[in-house]
Amino acid sequence: MQIVLNGRPCEVAGASLDGVLEELGYQKAKVATAVNGGFVARGLRAETRLRDGDRVEVIAPMQGG
Amino acid sequence: MSHSPSRDFYGVELTSRLMLGTALYPSPAVLAEAVRAAGVEVVTVSLRRESAERRDGQAFWALVRDLGVRVLPNTAGCHTVKEAVTTAQMAREVFDTPWIKLEVIGEDDSLQPDLFGLVEAAAILVEDGFEVFPYTTEDLVAAGRLLDAGCRVLMPWGAPIGSGLGLNNLYGLRSLRAHFPEVPLVVDAGLGLPSHAAAAMELGYDGVLVNTAVAKAGDPVAMAAAFAQAVAAGHAAHAADPMEPRDMAAPSTPVLGKAFLG
Repeated sequence: MQIVLNGRPCEVAGASLDGVLEELGYQKAKVATAVNGGFVARGLRAETRLRDGDRVEVIAPMQGG
Repeated sequence: MSHSPSRDFYGVELTSRLMLGTALYPSPAVLAEAVRAAGVEVVTVSLRRESAERRDGQAFWALVRDLGVRVLPNTAGCHTVKEAVTTAQMAREVFDTPWIKLEVIGEDDSLQPDLFGLVEAAAILVEDGFEVFPYTTEDLVAAGRLLDAGCRVLMPWGAPIGSGLGLNNLYGLRSLRAHFPEVPLVVDAGLGLPSHAAAAMELGYDGVLVNTAVAKAGDPVAMAAAFAQAVAAGHAAHAADPMEPRDMAAPSTPVLGKAFLG
């Protein structure tokens, strides 16, 4: 299945959001997620099923003013 | 004699009234040294897309955590209510804090806040349990609406973000202070010099937030310390009840008893 990860097309095998995060190498990283513009809390990642074409955002702390 | 009322930040009393942004420093080490040199207790942070390979965000988070200061996440770069609300929700989870510096940008040249979107987003976030620090202008009506929405701190701009122009609308900032004497007010954005920060504090503001003026100084660590001194001086000066300015001279040396030498 192809999703759009952080703005780029990305082929993934997993179906759940937490499965995809692990597959992509985000294990234990301090990140927050959104799917199709909506926040998905950490506790809901396992039950969040991804579909072809979904836009997934994975964000982390960054410098800011 | 006047005195500063106790205006805290959602129940948090800060000793240092200088808040520091974490962007644009020459290196993470300089940022860390600047934070320590200024003795700040609050730094602002943000969120961006994380690459699984590079993991830049993880390294930055480790640095901030080691500083041992409180973080104030922002929604910088958000132009819509939905973007800002979603970013705030993600920030709360990542940084584990209900604090959010809410920015809804309305105009790209000045990075002026969209006050209508700001009020709307603030109401949603307050309802959701956030403690909102809205980045606003000195507009009195917008300030009132933000307070009605449940904000308990306001962060009016001094000047456009990153401009270094100082306090562009002294009258407006003074009016805001006078209209909302009980509300914690922090000047956020546009300061370029420690004297600007001192001036904001002398108006009775409760703090200032500075980033570019420190990070882009030739010596950011020394400039951070200079801002800290200016903020402390301005705060003390306000508490000491400054004299009223007057148009005419008034001799400070007593005239009585002066020798007649004419």
